[in-house]
Amino acid sequence: MTADFLLSRYPYILIALLFGIGLYGMTVKRNLMKKVIGMTIFQTSIYLFFIQGATKQGATIPVLDPEMGSSPELYINPLPQVIVLTAIVVGVAITGVALSLILVLHRRYGTLDEVELLRRMRESA
Amino acid sequence: MSQIPALIPTSLLLASLVALLVGLKSHRAAHLIALAGAVVAFVCSLLGLQAVIQGDGEAIRYAMGAWVPPIGIEFVLDSLAAYMVTLITFIGVMVLIYAPRSLAFETPGRQGMVYPSMTLVLAGLVGMCLTGDVFNLYVFLEIAALAAYALLAIGDRGAPVATLRYLLFGAVGGGFYLLGVAYLYFAAGTVNMADLSMRLPELMESQAVIVAAVLMVVGLGVKMALFPFHLWLPDVYTNAPSVSAGLIAPIMTKVSAYAIIRLFLDVFPPGFFTESLPIATTIGWVSAAGIVFGSVLAIAQHDYRRMLAYSSVGQLGYIGLGIGLANPLGMIGGLLHILNHALMKGLLFMIGGAVRLRFGTTKIPEYVGVGRAMPWTMVAFTVGVLAMVGIPPTAGFFSKWYLLLGAADAGAWIWFAVIIVSSLLSAIYFFRVVEMIYRDPETDSAVADHEPREAGEAPASMFWPITIMATAVMAVGIFNVLIVSALLERIVAPLGG
Repeated sequence: MTADFLLSRYPYILIALLFGIGLYGMTVKRNLMKKVIGMTIFQTSIYLFFIQGATKQGATIPVLDPEMGSSPELYINPLPQVIVLTAIVVGVAITGVALSLILVLHRRYGTLDEVELLRRMRESA
Repeated sequence: MSQIPALIPTSLLLASLVALLVGLKSHRAAHLIALAGAVVAFVCSLLGLQAVIQGDGEAIRYAMGAWVPPIGIEFVLDSLAAYMVTLITFIGVMVLIYAPRSLAFETPGRQGMVYPSMTLVLAGLVGMCLTGDVFNLYVFLEIAALAAYALLAIGDRGAPVATLRYLLFGAVGGGFYLLGVAYLYFAAGTVNMADLSMRLPELMESQAVIVAAVLMVVGLGVKMALFPFHLWLPDVYTNAPSVSAGLIAPIMTKVSAYAIIRLFLDVFPPGFFTESLPIATTIGWVSAAGIVFGSVLAIAQHDYRRMLAYSSVGQLGYIGLGIGLANPLGMIGGLLHILNHALMKGLLFMIGGAVRLRFGTTKIPEYVGVGRAMPWTMVAFTVGVLAMVGIPPTAGFFSKWYLLLGAADAGAWIWFAVIIVSSLLSAIYFFRVVEMIYRDPETDSAVADHEPREAGEAPASMFWPITIMATAVMAVGIFNVLIVSALLERIVAPLGG
């Protein structure tokens, strides 16, 4: 029973795990770089959720093949993949902006530890 | 006419692109292009608004790339979208006129990249309001957010840290919203809003739809800075340049509030947010907590911008309260407060920038003598303060009035009390500033005179936008009945009469 449950749902369990790891990294870690890594893991878990929900056993890429016929059972729904592709682009842009902010902070204060950073900020003010 | 929903974001996106290229050479040219793009978008919004009102609220639909929805993405200009888009582009034009002098003082040498970011924020926000597709809304949400990060990070010393924290919060908010879209798509098989509203009534009991609604509201709540997700907001506004704060504080958080209202009224079936799960009531309670919390903390602030930021946390609560009341009067109050608060907060941040330009300070105790040096700007400030406190006939009074009527209608007496108490609290923290401004150092030996860097009112390019905004605060108050009857009553029709 439990084994069946795990076997049939294991991708979702792993996705939930990634989701939790990402949120943990963003909230608990003190190093800003690790926070951004956590953010990336968090976003990836959502992409995987979309992809996992759209998988279809025995289906192929959504390009109509006259020999296979036009039954929707034979083709994967392309919309979730397209959505994820767009979301990945958005995610890359967010990561890029985050990294450039981190670069500015490291140049200015020489540390990425959040507590230490705030202390140095107060001292220089 | 049918092209208007596409023209509004396109003109802003185009202006952003051209301004970026031109900005490498000359920031003056970039400013003119950005301003031209915003003016075109504003004129299109006005035409669209007029068409929607004359067409009795009939929506103007535009299928992007001629792909017929629900396969393609459609842009929909209905009463609610026209209302929001006109507001966003109006604020955009005002802030763009205001921007050059303020930026030259606060962030010298970096203006060239500011204008493309400003138009990109506007493009993202109008896109959010116009799109008829829940996933497309996510994309525009992040476009606006990314451009906003760039605008906010160029501010004072603390700006990069505050912006990075905002970015992390924003990524979580966006992520939750996207996850909600995934659940909604798997449950209903579409991401088109009109299509969703047809299919969701059958799925009222579906757990996936309930999870989707909760995730989307939480995600947008983070973006909206709904209490207790407001933690990013005060630091961001305090460190941002006046121009960025003047653009982002009035409209950015409101558009996320708009997205919640759109989901509530037009996507999910009537009663879903109130009956299946008490989502609306929860929003109402956390908003009430946010109103009290924001207003109390605003009293304790010495920095003008930080005070406005905490006041924003409180004022956003009014909009949330309008959603929470979930009756027509309350929702009208919430929607009207989106407009009012955008005008008032934009006005107050712009005045803060003008004072900073002349006096070089943002600390309230150093505002002594400002009233004598800049008399007309301070008249505008007083108008803004009266509106924030909610004294008729300024705009701020009427949204609170509708909220109070709505609260009485729903028998929500605690929320009724919260609205009144917080008005008194905002009177305390704003009249404190008014008192500083009008103190006369010559007769009042308790205060030191603060010499301006330069004498006189703010330069014309800053003075006139402030004057127009102050006039708009009065005008919206006086003509609020027109706005309510022509637009808002139609928008809240799904809630029943």
